[in-house]
Amino acid sequence: MTALPLDVMTGAVRGGTSILYAALGESVAETAGVVNLGTEGSMLVGALAGYAITAHTGSPWVGALAGGVAGGALALVHAFFVLDRKANQLATGLVVLFLGLGLTSLFGAAYVARTATSFDAWNVPLLSKIPWIGEIFFQHDPLTYLTYFLVPALWFVLTRTGIGLLVRGVGERTEVLGTYGHNVRLVQYLAVVAGGFLAGLGGAQLSTAYAHAWFENMTQGRGFVAVAVVIFAARRPLAAMGGSYLFGAALALSPALQARGWQINQFALDSLPYLAVIVVLVLLGKKRAAEAPEGLQKVFEMSTAT
Amino acid sequence: MQRISRWTALVAVLLLALVATACGSNSDSSTTSDGGDAPGKGSEAVGFIFVGPKDDFGYNQAAYQGAMAVKDAFPDLDVLTAENVPETDEAARVLEGMVAKGAKILFATSYAHLDAALKVAAKHPDVAVVQQGNLIKGDIPANAGTYFGTVYEPVFLAGMVAGKQTKTNKLGYVYAYPIPQTIANINAFELGALSVNPKAVTYTVNTSNWCDTGKQEEAAQSLLSQGVDVLTQHQDCTATITKAAERAGVMVVGYHADASSLAPKGWIAGSEWSWADLYEDIVQTALDGKFTGSKYNANFRSGLKDGLNPFVQSKFGSSVSQETKDLVAAAAKDIAGSGSPFKGPVVAQDGTELVAAGTVPDYATIEQKMVVFVKGVIGEIPKT
Repeated sequence: MTALPLDVMTGAVRGGTSILYAALGESVAETAGVVNLGTEGSMLVGALAGYAITAHTGSPWVGALAGGVAGGALALVHAFFVLDRKANQLATGLVVLFLGLGLTSLFGAAYVARTATSFDAWNVPLLSKIPWIGEIFFQHDPLTYLTYFLVPALWFVLTRTGIGLLVRGVGERTEVLGTYGHNVRLVQYLAVVAGGFLAGLGGAQLSTAYAHAWFENMTQGRGFVAVAVVIFAARRPLAAMGGSYLFGAALALSPALQARGWQINQFALDSLPYLAVIVVLVLLGKKRAAEAPEGLQKVFEMSTAT
Repeated sequence: MQRISRWTALVAVLLLALVATACGSNSDSSTTSDGGDAPGKGSEAVGFIFVGPKDDFGYNQAAYQGAMAVKDAFPDLDVLTAENVPETDEAARVLEGMVAKGAKILFATSYAHLDAALKVAAKHPDVAVVQQGNLIKGDIPANAGTYFGTVYEPVFLAGMVAGKQTKTNKLGYVYAYPIPQTIANINAFELGALSVNPKAVTYTVNTSNWCDTGKQEEAAQSLLSQGVDVLTQHQDCTATITKAAERAGVMVVGYHADASSLAPKGWIAGSEWSWADLYEDIVQTALDGKFTGSKYNANFRSGLKDGLNPFVQSKFGSSVSQETKDLVAAAAKDIAGSGSPFKGPVVAQDGTELVAAGTVPDYATIEQKMVVFVKGVIGEIPKT
């Protein structure tokens, strides 16, 4: 019988990883000034593609890659309408979401009953034996371990490299970058597609490493939670990690309490994860709005304009 | 200016077409006959609605297979199916659509499809509407009924196997909603385990969803961390929890469908649907015009006693001993005869007596009593 905090924290990492991937992806896109509400759709196509390709090829790594590619492809649709056709970002994102939902429900029916060799948990030698820390962080699947490298890597790229500077500049004011001769459009496209790729990877992690199954709409709003996490993390990868794990912990709390025979109102527990996100957004919202890159601020101003 | 008026004309034509077709289909479905025809008699088609997809490795798949069996048994009948029909008013619309296509026999296969089913039944006295799993309270309309198997009977038997095989004496049950069927299952599972192992307890976790794989995984993990070594579930899609048990090296008891291929080492027992015979009998009864007043024009429950239980035992796992199988066979015989999984004395979690010693409750009484857990079940029923 393990302690409740240990269970919840382990569950936080276990359940929060798919959200973290999507949040990292959305961080990149939003840093470039594009909001992709279709992240949920990218996660879904990634989850289906990941599971389906794993079933066909027998390799979950190939499946994960396919999931990323699928997520990126859906994000490409979003990028096209938003960047080339100047469509409203929020509306387009939602449409892309429904597209992803419809496509995966249609093509996914055949995979619900299929089995696939998914990712197995692999205990990191030595590290996984550390009391508490070992169980919380080092007894998961390879895609979870990948995020431990991805978070600092993304932070480094976005804040310390020329490419990162380009992406940040594009998010602030595209004219400035354009004047210097950079291909603004290309940078934005790549940022959005990269965001979709990571979201797709998160979806693949959900289906091949977490739930080990495919079912339609299995992301159940995780993509939207990722977008919220990105907002209150102010697009910072490390803070996004914290936010994703916070949500994962809230998701793990209800079953952990129930399995111990405790009963707090079921519906209160079920809404806890989403309430937690709302509370954090309310507390940090105003501050975050002022800090957002100018390009991003314009997106929200446009949508609230009558 | 010309462009605008062309657009206006196009939109106007489209709107007219839309209105015309809508009106057309409305008038079809609103011709309610005056009840002269027996419900379902001579129907050209039979309609089935499912709450989920037909390949969920569980509940809906089994119902769909039943529908296909009806198709084979009645080659002249048009079998209409609709998957992913939500448990809302939408279900009524889908059913109406099937009536418009000539279906006078309708099967609403999910628990909360009842309201929609009754609505449609009220509008069409010549259509026989049967609903799977719920109970019609009060007067039962002449053209409606519910049906279900006494699922808790095979679950009791599977619980016996679980009680025998467990080494930690801790069993785990992941469920969706605290509806009477589910509570009956959990209670029967625990009672079955207790009948062979007085130390067995059942931990419960609910996911508030028939198939949220993320929640299922988390529920399974939380039960496993409590030392549970036999997992079972009442969910529509069963793959996630079955695989989680297999990965953790613990035992699993199946539900809805035979998922032993997913857990070759851990599978010990299970129960699954076999709707074909029951569905066919209902359809035949309705087609012959004998629905009203028949056993299906009621809250029909079929169990081991009348031999038509559509819920049957799955095969045993390889680790189950012959001794255990014999115990189960004896219990099944007893239930089919004068016994019941809920034969008294049955005590509720809080100590009150649910069934007095020596009493054998009938199916209707059992469903009424299934609002509390029995002693040995760990977990509280969420208050609605």
